[in-house]
Amino acid sequence: MAAPALKLKFAKPRSGRVIGDSLLGRSIRIYIPLGILLIVTLFPFYWMAVTSFKSASELFDFSVSPLWVREPTLDWYRHLFTETNFPRWAFNTAVVATVSTVISLFCSILAGYSLARLRYRGADTIGWGIFVTYLVPPTLLFLPLTFVIRELHLFNNLWALILTYPTFLIPFCTWMLMGFFKGIPRELEEAALVDGATRMQAMLRIAIPLALPGILAAGLFAFTLSWNEFLYALIFMNDSLVKTIPVGVTQELIHGDEFFWGELMAAALLGSVPVAVLYSFFVDYFVAGMTAGAVKG
Amino acid sequence: MASVTYEHVTKRFSAETTAVDDLSLEIRDTEFMVLVGPSGCGKSTALRMLAGLEDITAGQIKIDDQVVNEMPPRDRDVAMVFQSYALYPHMSVFDNMGFGLKMRGSTRSEIGSRVKEAGRILRLDQLLARKPRQLSGGQRQRVAVGRAIVRQPRVFLLDEPLSNLDAMLRVQTRIELQKMHQRLGTTFIYVTHDQVEAMTMGDRIAVMKDGVLQQVAPPREIYNQPVNMYVAGFIGSPRMNFLPVTISNHHAKASGFELNLPKAPGVERGVMGIRPEHFLPNVSGDDAAIDLKVEVLEVLGSDQYLYGKVGSDDIIARVDPQLKVSVGDRVRLGVNMQRLHLFDPETEQAIF
Repeated sequence: MAAPALKLKFAKPRSGRVIGDSLLGRSIRIYIPLGILLIVTLFPFYWMAVTSFKSASELFDFSVSPLWVREPTLDWYRHLFTETNFPRWAFNTAVVATVSTVISLFCSILAGYSLARLRYRGADTIGWGIFVTYLVPPTLLFLPLTFVIRELHLFNNLWALILTYPTFLIPFCTWMLMGFFKGIPRELEEAALVDGATRMQAMLRIAIPLALPGILAAGLFAFTLSWNEFLYALIFMNDSLVKTIPVGVTQELIHGDEFFWGELMAAALLGSVPVAVLYSFFVDYFVAGMTAGAVKG
Repeated sequence: MASVTYEHVTKRFSAETTAVDDLSLEIRDTEFMVLVGPSGCGKSTALRMLAGLEDITAGQIKIDDQVVNEMPPRDRDVAMVFQSYALYPHMSVFDNMGFGLKMRGSTRSEIGSRVKEAGRILRLDQLLARKPRQLSGGQRQRVAVGRAIVRQPRVFLLDEPLSNLDAMLRVQTRIELQKMHQRLGTTFIYVTHDQVEAMTMGDRIAVMKDGVLQQVAPPREIYNQPVNMYVAGFIGSPRMNFLPVTISNHHAKASGFELNLPKAPGVERGVMGIRPEHFLPNVSGDDAAIDLKVEVLEVLGSDQYLYGKVGSDDIIARVDPQLKVSVGDRVRLGVNMQRLHLFDPETEQAIF
């Protein structure tokens, strides 16, 4: 019996064109631009984090590089939680963002579906009207809204924000969800209607499950917008216990020209964390939302 | 099982767009009716109006004797198979097929037994847990059909269900659909642009053009006695040959030949229609004949088609597949006088 033949592996010719992929080429085209972008985008977070862990002496010591922490401390975080109303602000922000997102999503799903799917007189005008309201800047809109809030006796009440945030959340989410609903083939719902569903059942069982990426993306957008909203929160909330993070941090951690940097950075970092966490879990849906894309059947 | 009646049904999408124009059509209980025509002829719109997916601009649609114009689709008890199948992508095959029964409040056990039975008939029993994206085109089509039969509706509506299948699968599925019609004994209304499907499947065929019904009759009658040039040209492949002729009394003269018509049509000009399969290989005596100068040959094995000119007219003729012909040859063919048609050149209506 002959010894097993040596298997000579001949290099297979590569099919397709080979794009010049030297390390230098890749660096110039990809790594360096991306690197710059990452630095520019992430540096503020890095700075916030580093500053929030620096001790008081280090904060204003300009003889050493400010980019590193030499004596880390949790003092500022302790201070934030025990001597300011930050926990309360965080709670308020979470409640306002969550409830206004839920309300806005509920309205936007119904509005977006109706504008995308149903034919009725005035649909175009209503759709146009919704988008136009989105174009009115909050810096103008707060004036009439202030009167409304006053009449409803909702100053210093979280409901003031929960009811006013949808004025900008609903138009945006409706627009986004319209795109998603339109991307679902009409025939799927028609099949459901012929099969025995009512229009509402077709929406609940077919359209909404298929538009879920869009709904999640719209929800993320709405949550972020609510979380970061400043103007209405500033105007309608004066009492420290009802403030939201953006307002509480800027109003109470800055006194005139005195900046409590340690607490400020700690609060800013902690205030960014929930949104960053949510995004990282749902980044795929977020990207889908940005392209307001077609849903593959 | 139910009869369906369209009474002067019109569908206008806008002032300029009339999709269906005064359609009156009666479909008998348990009949397999085919609506056939090119894209845009209104056949799908007519089907969708029956399903309740389009409003009716004018006229009435009845199922049995009940006017259904204002009835929502769910109450009409019709089932529809869409061209793109329209399977619910987020549901399994089992849930797709059971959806209609679930919407109507059937119990789980009933849904289970009916879906499994339909699955068995359609050879889907191993696939019930899969999602539509995990199925081939043919399997998806069977699921779409299964979703319809599980509901045991009064009327089946099928909107070009075979057009997304490859040729072999199409033939196979055509036969399966016909067997299903025989087994279920339900009224089937089938929309297609393919005249072969129309001819092979329908008990009767309704030919439509630009929203207007041209003719409704059994396949043989549509083939043998088309009422106008459109129907004559649409049904039959290759198309019927149309030759302008001048007529004096019995005698018709085309650009490349002459013949005596079976009867005097009473007009001086006409369009003569001869199907490619109605040329005869042998000419005897006084029979009408043509001399075809062959330009193109198509050898199909079972048939041979000659494309060429007679005088200045283009002619297609079907000849014996064994006949040896080359491009450039002149072939003498007889004309089957029993199968001749004559149409009015202005109205395009058939004279005979």
